[in-house]
Amino acid sequence: MSDRKKIQLPLTPEDVESLKAGDRVLLSGPLFVGRDQAHKRLVDLVEEGGELPFDIEGETIYFAGPSPAKPGQVIGSCGPTTSYRMDPYSPTLIALGLRGMIGKGARGEAVVDAMKEHGAVYFTAVGGAAALIARTVISMEVVAYEDLGPEALRRLEVADFPAIVAQDAHGGNQYDEGLKEYARS
Amino acid sequence: MRVIPAEQITEALKDLAISANYDLGEDVLEALRNGRENEGSPVGREILDQLIENAEIAAKERVPMCQDTGYAAVFVEIGHEVFIEGDLNAAVDEGVRQGYEEGYLRKSIVGDPLRRQNTGDNTPAALAIDFVPGDQVKVTIAPKGGGSENMSMARQYAPAVGRQGVIDFVVNRVKESGSNPCPPVVVGVGIGGTFDLCARLAKKSLLRDLGVRHPDPFYAELELELLEEVNKLGIGPMGLGGNVTALDVHVEYYPCHIASLPVAVNMQCHAARHKTAVL
Repeated sequence: MSDRKKIQLPLTPEDVESLKAGDRVLLSGPLFVGRDQAHKRLVDLVEEGGELPFDIEGETIYFAGPSPAKPGQVIGSCGPTTSYRMDPYSPTLIALGLRGMIGKGARGEAVVDAMKEHGAVYFTAVGGAAALIARTVISMEVVAYEDLGPEALRRLEVADFPAIVAQDAHGGNQYDEGLKEYARS
Repeated sequence: MRVIPAEQITEALKDLAISANYDLGEDVLEALRNGRENEGSPVGREILDQLIENAEIAAKERVPMCQDTGYAAVFVEIGHEVFIEGDLNAAVDEGVRQGYEEGYLRKSIVGDPLRRQNTGDNTPAALAIDFVPGDQVKVTIAPKGGGSENMSMARQYAPAVGRQGVIDFVVNRVKESGSNPCPPVVVGVGIGGTFDLCARLAKKSLLRDLGVRHPDPFYAELELELLEEVNKLGIGPMGLGGNVTALDVHVEYYPCHIASLPVAVNMQCHAARHKTAVL
């Protein structure tokens, strides 16, 4: 893993500019965690003219819903969930300053357009590597929507969280590149 | 008549729910290791290494291998010479409730699909009951993650599409699923029956250990052909490109109507979890 780029969160505009699809990275710093219902609530709030429960400018959201922590654990198992379900919501959050997203699976055109326009990057973590990823989490707190249980909005501090740039801010797409390289007819 | 109290099923299911989520089957680990040997993509190999390491951490530290500890798909086979004393449905849900609580497993079920209030204890289970010869009860849990389940699909074809039509449907479903269902996947295929039975066949095929072929050579050959075709797609581990898109393809069939050729594909992520106890 020595050739992985070490990235300090929050991401800077320069980080977003320089990260390219296929880059393998280790992320350290703060991450917000939210999935389906938290995204719906955040975007409903924005549409009603309300204020988000955290300052989203420059931040990164990890699409995940961890399992409960055992006594003595910071967090339970904590792998990524499938990202396309957040596609209806992400462009609104990117326009408000969201700079990074972590999940699994390809993003749609509207998200890619917003990433290019406002400068944001999409990483994939390894789906199912949830016990391994949990080891990179140093702290966890619930920020909002505790009633959603596993879907509550959380804030994590992570150290050397392993991820791969799947789709970058310039339209680069590792899913397409992978298919081009490995598909056989 | 052998009498089995329903509480015994609760007790068995509680332990099975925890073990299924902590201990990845040796068949899956073996398939991941073989995939690691055959994968041409360096990133793909690294991902497979992480999955193998993840499974080792989960088993050793007694934590869930994946945070999505799934819908509790429960299969109970009841011998003809067994009488279950008590409420079987309630006993199954109680086993799920206790297992998901005591095992620190995620509660991933909402009470209805539109209002979406979490039930808080991962119940109810998705229960299937079969009656079989003998005096035993076989209880299986297969925790099913949402990401791969969402990529599943059923289709009612006309018989004329035949074997090739079935192959095209299955391969296209894996292709369209792309990076979403956590590849490398296991592809469960049901062919025949009625609309609903066909989907059930696809799910049941996922209970078979990886690498075990269908007993009918015609369907065994179909499984191998499907596996080869799927692995030509190039999707690879986590969809980032590679040779190992599927760890295996399982087919189950059933008689069907003269007008119909039902096909269902139940996608399964690499965390192909299932555990069984015989009472």
